[in-house]
Amino acid sequence: MAEQQAIPTNIHPSRFIQNPLQRLLVATELDTRLLGMIGALAIIWVGFNIFSGGLFLTPRNLWNLSVQTASVAVMVTGMVLVIVTRNIDLSVGSILGLVGMVMGVMQTDILPNQLGLGLGHPLIWALSLAAGLIVGVGIGGLQGTIIAYLRVPAFIVTLGGYLVWRGAAWWVTMGRTVAPMDPTFQLMGGGPSGSVGAFWSWVVALVACAAILVGLYWGRRQRRRFSFPLRPLWAEATLGAIGCALTIGAVLVANAYPWPRRIAENYAAANNLTVPETGLFISHGIAIPVLIALGVGVVMTFIATRTRFGRYVFAMGGNPEAAELAGINTRWVTVKIFMLMGALCAIAAAISTARLNAATNALGTLDELYVIAAAVIGGTSLAGGVGSIAGALLGALVMQSLQSGMVLMGMDSPLQSIVVGAVLVFAVWLDTLYRRNKN
Amino acid sequence: MLDTRTPLVEMNDISISFGGIRAVDHASIDLYPGEVVGLLGHNGAGKSTLIKILSGAYKRDTGSIRIDGQDATINNPRDAKSYGIETIYQQLAVADNVDAAANLFLGREITTPIGTLDDAAMESKAREVMGRLNPNFRRFKEPVKALSGGQRQSVAIARAILFNARILIMDEPTAALGPQETAQVGDLIKQLKADGIGIFLISHDIHDVFDLADRVVVMKNGQVVGSARTSDVSKDEVLGMIILGKVPPGATPGPGAIAG
Repeated sequence: MAEQQAIPTNIHPSRFIQNPLQRLLVATELDTRLLGMIGALAIIWVGFNIFSGGLFLTPRNLWNLSVQTASVAVMVTGMVLVIVTRNIDLSVGSILGLVGMVMGVMQTDILPNQLGLGLGHPLIWALSLAAGLIVGVGIGGLQGTIIAYLRVPAFIVTLGGYLVWRGAAWWVTMGRTVAPMDPTFQLMGGGPSGSVGAFWSWVVALVACAAILVGLYWGRRQRRRFSFPLRPLWAEATLGAIGCALTIGAVLVANAYPWPRRIAENYAAANNLTVPETGLFISHGIAIPVLIALGVGVVMTFIATRTRFGRYVFAMGGNPEAAELAGINTRWVTVKIFMLMGALCAIAAAISTARLNAATNALGTLDELYVIAAAVIGGTSLAGGVGSIAGALLGALVMQSLQSGMVLMGMDSPLQSIVVGAVLVFAVWLDTLYRRNKN
Repeated sequence: MLDTRTPLVEMNDISISFGGIRAVDHASIDLYPGEVVGLLGHNGAGKSTLIKILSGAYKRDTGSIRIDGQDATINNPRDAKSYGIETIYQQLAVADNVDAAANLFLGREITTPIGTLDDAAMESKAREVMGRLNPNFRRFKEPVKALSGGQRQSVAIARAILFNARILIMDEPTAALGPQETAQVGDLIKQLKADGIGIFLISHDIHDVFDLADRVVVMKNGQVVGSARTSDVSKDEVLGMIILGKVPPGATPGPGAIAG
């Protein structure tokens, strides 16, 4: 009797499915919604490639796409947590603008001149970034405190913040643009020198593949420890192979994009290299802002799924009263979420200012809308309680792909806005259908 | 018969006022191990308020609470939990979007040595507890909103007993459930009772609790009308206590009983 009870819980449900495709999905336990998004992304990419005459799926465009996505991608990971707890943050673009200005002034004036470090001091980039993080976390903490303890709706607080911080960004230099940035700081923006090159890209790929395999092995061990149903071995192998193939493919693409000829020649001249007749091929490799965004994605996924804080965020989104009655300090968790959002805005500001090589008070304008749209396209429910970091990152990539593809096709910018707006509504409608069918 | 044992809970002479209104007026109530006490009364009779004093949600103005014969200090829900008092609120106690294990351990998660969530350990423990309560429960991986009302209720109950509750407060536990699920919760209550847990069942509907309770205590206008063993009185007599405050011969009158 006991045996009969024990067996069904130990066998993986995929064992009972005949349809091979469905069986593959169940056995690998992949999220069908995420797969759908990847499918949509593939359609967008191939479609644009056809309509732009093969310009889209080139290493150059894909590499640029990855760099362009980085800033929004960093912020969207925080926006997921904000939206999951039934809040919203309309101020992220303005915070980005203000923090960008602060970091710009720090590295062009305060640190080198007023504190006498001198231009080009190796610590300038780190101190500027630290100052930006402090300002970002401070702003987030202030907004979060007003939302959580004074009970002003997040929509209003951050709508106010949207105006306040944009105004404050202007105030930092009375509207003057700050440039150029510190050379080390600029590396965070990408470009030929702001990329890690072919060798280190392979190192990253190796580490990522190892992490995927170790993760799969570890998960299997945990399941065995508590005698939960195990995924079939072939499914584990498929997952590992797909993960590693995607990683290696991405690195191949990044490495296939060479430095521009002129920069490569200058580099060769400076380092006494002879330029071969076919031209010097120096790979970009993965851009540093992309590495930052990926790192943020990994850390935020960890926070969201493996820590108490993350668990509380989702529980609060599902049922605020239940979370409160369970003894969770929901107000403090809310403040922490907004502080985290502020920190992520600071990182995004560093990427944006470094990439532009200037801090302007218009930097980050409309970013809040792109960030919210990316989170929502990525499956974050505005009703709260539902969302994932990986989905939101994909959402950011979808948004950026649309924009960059339309630019390649030479579409007028008003038409671009119309398409992006329509796609947002369409995507959310599809998602609603999907969720309804699933229940 | 039960008087020779030490009561699990004794609430003596409890009063609490909200802005001049006496929500609970010198009420006394007790509970023995393995006993189910139904707390009955109209909406606004003060039963929920009285019980919220025990669960730590409200602070009493006067009166004393004794747990196992010892004076107890209960100022907030955390104090109550440390005495093994767990409360199940209808619909409020579960976060719909996370799975059963996450709900069971909400606010008291098991963590690994490096401080991350130990989901496998929590799920394993959840399977153990749920297996005891509701052996048919299999849907551990799904968000709680995918579960039926009775299954959700068993999650809420499991959550309460997981941390060795000795005193269980159930506020309208079957109000939103269908007949079959109500029966399921009834079975559960019998099981917990057999384990020696003392249970307060709160309801304004006598049919919900009469068959499950060993004893009923009826409140009206913040006062205790009287208490009776369910074997000594009929449903109609208890109804008379609830509506009129009239105490039948089989019951012990309280301060709220009408004279005569």
